[in-house]
Amino acid sequence: MIEPLSTKAQRELLRRLRQCLGADSVIGEPESQRPFECDALTLYRDLPLAVVLPNSVAQVQQVLRICHQYAVPIVARGAGTGLCAGAMPHPDGILLAMSKLDRILEIDPLARTARVEPGVSNLSISEAAACYGLYYGPDPSSQIACTIGGNVAENSGGVHCLKYGLTVHNILSLNILTVAGEALTIGSMGLDSPGYDLLALLTGSEGLLGIVTEITVRLLPAPELAQVVMGGFASVSAAGDAVAAVIAAGIIPAGLEMMDRLAIQAAEDFAHAGYPRDAAAILLCEVDGSREEVAQHSAEVARLFNSMGASSLTISADENQRALLWKGRKSAFPAVGRLAPDYYCMDGTIPRGQISYVLNEIYRMSRLCGLRVANVFHAGDGNLHPLILFDASNPQDVIKAQQLGADILELSVRVGGCITGEHGVGVEKLRQMASQFTLEELTQFEDIKHAFDPSLNLNPGKGVPILKRCQEYRALPAQHQHD
Amino acid sequence: MRYRPSTSMTEQRRSVDADRSEHIIATLRQARDTQRPVTISAGGSKRHLAGRDCEYDALDVSGHRGIVDYQPQELVITARAGTPLIEINASLQAHKQMLSFEPPLFEGRATLGGTLACNLSGPARPWGGSIRDMVLGVQLINGKCERLNFGGTVMKNVAGFDVSRLQAGALGTLGVLCEVSLKVLPQPETSLTLCYAMTAAEAVQCMNVRAGEAKPLSGAFWLDGHLHLRLSGAASAVHSTAAQWGGEILPDSEALWAGLREMTLSFFAGEAPLWRFSVKSSAPVTTDFGPLLIDWGGAQRWVRGAHSRAQVQQAAARGHVTLFRGGNRSAEVRSPLNAVEQALQQRLKHAFDPDGILNPGRLYSWL
Repeated sequence: MIEPLSTKAQRELLRRLRQCLGADSVIGEPESQRPFECDALTLYRDLPLAVVLPNSVAQVQQVLRICHQYAVPIVARGAGTGLCAGAMPHPDGILLAMSKLDRILEIDPLARTARVEPGVSNLSISEAAACYGLYYGPDPSSQIACTIGGNVAENSGGVHCLKYGLTVHNILSLNILTVAGEALTIGSMGLDSPGYDLLALLTGSEGLLGIVTEITVRLLPAPELAQVVMGGFASVSAAGDAVAAVIAAGIIPAGLEMMDRLAIQAAEDFAHAGYPRDAAAILLCEVDGSREEVAQHSAEVARLFNSMGASSLTISADENQRALLWKGRKSAFPAVGRLAPDYYCMDGTIPRGQISYVLNEIYRMSRLCGLRVANVFHAGDGNLHPLILFDASNPQDVIKAQQLGADILELSVRVGGCITGEHGVGVEKLRQMASQFTLEELTQFEDIKHAFDPSLNLNPGKGVPILKRCQEYRALPAQHQHD
Repeated sequence: MRYRPSTSMTEQRRSVDADRSEHIIATLRQARDTQRPVTISAGGSKRHLAGRDCEYDALDVSGHRGIVDYQPQELVITARAGTPLIEINASLQAHKQMLSFEPPLFEGRATLGGTLACNLSGPARPWGGSIRDMVLGVQLINGKCERLNFGGTVMKNVAGFDVSRLQAGALGTLGVLCEVSLKVLPQPETSLTLCYAMTAAEAVQCMNVRAGEAKPLSGAFWLDGHLHLRLSGAASAVHSTAAQWGGEILPDSEALWAGLREMTLSFFAGEAPLWRFSVKSSAPVTTDFGPLLIDWGGAQRWVRGAHSRAQVQQAAARGHVTLFRGGNRSAEVRSPLNAVEQALQQRLKHAFDPDGILNPGRLYSWL
């Protein structure tokens, strides 16, 4: 267990942090800390001893050294757009806000790389690279705000993963600081590294292994053209079959998204994108690349959708219409958010072929507990985002929403999927880790954590359950159900 | 990989297929009890490649083979580590799919586990990803003789640390690979190869410029004064790009790319040490190192000759160099790591293999 500091030691720690960063960059008063109490999963909140806002790698290093000396927890935070409470502060620790490290240090148009600080927003990398005809691939829905440092911590995806990969496929190198403040460069300027692939291990490690201070990302050539084919379907199973048909035809779409009835209606009311309000499901299939390739593939997708019984079909005629069709999808979360006081977003991944079964199970569970669920689905890569509608001011609703969410994750594991495709485990899914992993596997995670952070002070209580800690051990379900 | 759909397994199980994992565990238990390390092998195609030469008691996993599950519509194949890649390729071929990282088959001896352990990918790597990029999940047995599953058979999975990709290039020092699930991709409709006479420096510039265009490039290598660019994808796109880019269209170029992938081009022949440089794709060409082959659009460069580690390291600038084949294989064959990096890699090794029984010394003498 982490021992809270004595009041005297706390005062001393804050004084030293102020000395190092300046008084303006250390927030100790609870009322000023409120904006940092949670990430975008607002169900989980806490206040830290202090929020610190370093403005250079040297300052981050000093903060880490001081915290290491006092053995206090460190929680790193980017823009706070995370969806698993991974950036929720630790009550006995320091919240390390990386937002001031927001410079794009270098773009190399020939080698197609960008060297950036962790607080740079995802979208601004693509904006800075646009003049070279390049962009950064992963595009989470929060890309206007979310930081690349946070993307590395969560291995973020987006709607274009099936073709262009996740964060782990699109970064070359990281500079990190260990919990003790030691600097390390991992990865390389080449396409691999000499020892263990720590780049893979750090990506998606949720701030448990090190603090990322610089990232070199790969940039992709902007496609000549992109086109969206939208099909409306009378049932989710028909839409699921159409997804399978596209893959079977040997086409890897840039994006392949499914939305169900409640999500379609909410998005259409919000964005007026021209979605068929009477459809049980729609598919948005984007093909991109050279002009010839796009023409060939969009015609083929349209033909497949028709042959799979699409009740309506739209092919984007120009960039405006393509943007409008995506606007509906990209605003699905806020659009669904207007249907109820609150929504709870899940993130299970399932085999594509199970989509019809899983959605029907979700509808059944939704009816049973009386909470509505809208579903948006990265159909291309099997990543399902059920949005559970509830009222957070009603304690019964909160319990029901959390239970339904947990049931959906268990369902995902049962059909051969996993509990989180791109949002991360954080605090939220710590309990479900035991449904996906055996005790031996969880222990292996813990041993990896120890190798990087023997004092267990980097983002404690998140990501992987530390079994040796009694409190977290008790939080796990008593029975481990494995074959 | 706990999920085994029973319906879509279309391939006929072969009589040689077998689950030998219990035998592997038993052998490892004995190794642990007697504190005698093992050298893991299967097809033996990479015994003297990529890592240092280390001979301990042999743990032959070649009998642990067979495709466990292949679902073309999910773009996922799961196979036992000892499965020869040619067997996997044959199954994928039947559904017009492929391993996008174009691994060397080494006369049919290359296995799935060995390819992942060595992180070996072919000419398509910069565009089709590496085997590391395509790994979705692994089952491995760690040095504590525990059978562990990480990742899975779905495209996206961020639960827990990415132990699956960590196995890529670890040369079996963190666990004995048992099963691997990979993302597979559809085969391109068509391919063709363009050839241009130019110097190495011109070729590096040209490869990088072309890779920055949204065209269906799938290979770029330079050898003996000639740059070769391969285009793969929709026929319409491949032909219109070829028309735009010009250059001589090479007929029957498949054998050329196979020779590059399998390292059977004459450049690779003979006993002279073979160095592999992994560098920034646009890194300047070092010409005074003897024979040179530039692959991966500039990011992987092969050099022949009896150079010293210090010489090659200097030439690699911010990249790294492996003595890939030949030379002194009892000395270090990889770029040196600093003290902080070494300590971390050792702690990680210890986390998986506390008794140091799995291929010790294969990656580094101290690991």
